[in-house]
Amino acid sequence: MENMVDVYFFGKKYSVPSSLTIMTAMEYAGYTLKRGCGCRHGFCGACATIYRIKGKNELRTCLACQTQVEDGMYVASIPYFPTDKRTYDVNELRPDERVMMELYPEIYSCIGCNACTKACPQGLHVMQYIAYAQRGNLKKCAEESFDCVGCGCCSVRCPAGISHPMVGLLARRLTGKYIEPEAEHLNARVEEIHEGKFDSLIEAVMQKPIEEMKELYNERDIEK
Amino acid sequence: MFTPEMLESVKKVEATRPARIGKEPARMSAEEKDLLLKKFHPDYREDGFDTIKVGPNAGQKAPTELVRLLHSNSRLLGREPDLKKTDYDVDVLVIGGGGAGASAALEANAAGADVMIVTKLRLGDANTMMAEGGIQAADKENDSPVQHYIDAFGGGHFAARPELLRRLVMEAPDAIKWLSDLGVMFDKDETGRMITTHGGGTSRKRMHACKDYSGAEIMRTLRDEVYNRKIPVVEFTSAVELLTDGGGRVAGAVLLNMETGDLLVARAKTVVIATGGAGRLHYQNFPTSNHYGATADGLILGYRVGAPLLYQDTIQYHPTGVAYPSQIYGALVTEKVRSLGAMLVNAEGEAFMHPLETRDVAAAAIIRECTERGLGVVTPLGSGVWLDTPMIEELGGEGTIERRIPAMLRMYMNYDIDMRRVPILVYPTLHYQNGGLEIGGDGFTKAVDNLLVAGEAVGGIHGRNRLMGNSLLDIIVFGRGAGRAAAARAKEITIGEPSLEHIRRYARALEDAGVETGGVSPQLLPDYARHERETAV
Repeated sequence: MENMVDVYFFGKKYSVPSSLTIMTAMEYAGYTLKRGCGCRHGFCGACATIYRIKGKNELRTCLACQTQVEDGMYVASIPYFPTDKRTYDVNELRPDERVMMELYPEIYSCIGCNACTKACPQGLHVMQYIAYAQRGNLKKCAEESFDCVGCGCCSVRCPAGISHPMVGLLARRLTGKYIEPEAEHLNARVEEIHEGKFDSLIEAVMQKPIEEMKELYNERDIEK
Repeated sequence: MFTPEMLESVKKVEATRPARIGKEPARMSAEEKDLLLKKFHPDYREDGFDTIKVGPNAGQKAPTELVRLLHSNSRLLGREPDLKKTDYDVDVLVIGGGGAGASAALEANAAGADVMIVTKLRLGDANTMMAEGGIQAADKENDSPVQHYIDAFGGGHFAARPELLRRLVMEAPDAIKWLSDLGVMFDKDETGRMITTHGGGTSRKRMHACKDYSGAEIMRTLRDEVYNRKIPVVEFTSAVELLTDGGGRVAGAVLLNMETGDLLVARAKTVVIATGGAGRLHYQNFPTSNHYGATADGLILGYRVGAPLLYQDTIQYHPTGVAYPSQIYGALVTEKVRSLGAMLVNAEGEAFMHPLETRDVAAAAIIRECTERGLGVVTPLGSGVWLDTPMIEELGGEGTIERRIPAMLRMYMNYDIDMRRVPILVYPTLHYQNGGLEIGGDGFTKAVDNLLVAGEAVGGIHGRNRLMGNSLLDIIVFGRGAGRAAAARAKEITIGEPSLEHIRRYARALEDAGVETGGVSPQLLPDYARHERETAV
């Protein structure tokens, strides 16, 4: 017999095997998920969830697909949260200090409570990357926020109404586009292809009989 | 943490590690690979397949679960909505909100078309988001698109359609450039040179990555750009049937609001199917690395309206899915773990193969180890082999795992397994549909006018096996191409009155073939809910 625990989905009690994740426990209970379920492997942020263990004061946030159930868990999913993404033309932005001030001025209302960092199921230093954004250090903001899956647990807990995932995303796009040096070898290859340097070579392999291609493939040298 | 039996086996892995480091296991010959695949690859298990009885691929085989859907009737049969009431009217309708759909929408929008995305979950809920390892492009000095072509053609068993593979490799550097210009943060050194590695079956190090969040970084950037351009996205809404103009031209789609159950009519001059894969059909009861919505919907929509499938009988099992712990059973362990130096090792601590053979060969070899040879490690849900991750730290220096594959580290740390110090257990997981709807070099299906397909829903780009890093590439290359082509075509044409005649025709064909599944398709969502009422019987 499996070890069972009592969990409460939206306040309603279900007895579920203790080995399950919150997500599979909901399915075990009979839910057919439409919202609050995406990649199921911790990459998409669809299954932000808030819970409290019976008798404990602390509210915790997590991804339902990555978190095992516990006895006495009171669970509510947060399948949508009204974060506020600002729209912009990335080609017209410049990676300077003003960009955050103009697009996400609310980051300067941060009261330093660190609730965002405590809420992050990825274990990111969320308040720290917001601090980098405040100072216009976009590259550091991008690096610190890189593993963000956009679940929005941070924003749910933020008293200043900051949309942290959107801030990190803007910093990353500006870093990728403007701050990191360009890949010269990439530009050169794109140019060569546009000039038609490989056209006849690729035509030639496309025309080759399969037997010749097999030989070419099986005997190709492999970079160490 | 590990069971006592597992810990015993770990000791053997640790004992052989010093001797294995720096010694590359031999690669298999072409003949060895052929024999291995025929004996152990799931594609060769006859009981996993059925014969399709209706439509353009009648007489051919496909996975049993897919055949069942192909043999089912439309959800709309007998309850057709009033097609005179138009809810949406656009130039280009993109079905699917993954990387291919988003790329198609961005390019159609850039070309001036009125484009809309419809997706049954959220924009970005897609296999793209979960692609970890990277994206291929021949952009280094020692590499060329021709070399890339040879690798992919051979890796796919010489079955790729040359006109499609040519586009894949020739447009690859441009795809990377496009993503880079949108702000995707690729791994680079301080001079801006891309940090590239091998994938299974590559002859040059051309795997570009964004740590092990490669697909996520690409997808969230594309999604952000879709919102910036204010392209309409209708979420939690499935396409449940295509519309035609009564002749051989597509004319839009009937949509289902997943939350309210309402049907909606979307008219469109061109339609792009970008619905992705089929992992959630769990072929041969395999676990899957795919996202929740991967149920082959687009294949059903396209097939019912007359578009043929190609290579629908070839499936990719990613060699390294999680075998333990069971909470994350089937989740992807990126091939990059092997690119960085981790070896595949059996219960006795022996490296039983070169870690960077192609995926089909590696999957078959792991299955052989766990079955015929009896050298797998027993797990609660089956068995697995070791992926010797501490080797990465020894080869690349301490901190390599945290820096290069943080998602993997995080996933295992949730279950108190520190992959920097102990190896991890893996077993093949259902990962990718090599086949799909057949298209020409221009992205259009040949059988249905004005219908395009992009991404994993396409068959023929990769042949009968796909190399790591060529799928993130194909969604960008073929997604962009489809968007441009769809926008251009939409400018040239007008469409007639929409019709669902084809679903009645399909029903008659099923009846004539004597096929009756009792179900409807497309499936839309997997059936995971357990109901006490059923289990109590």
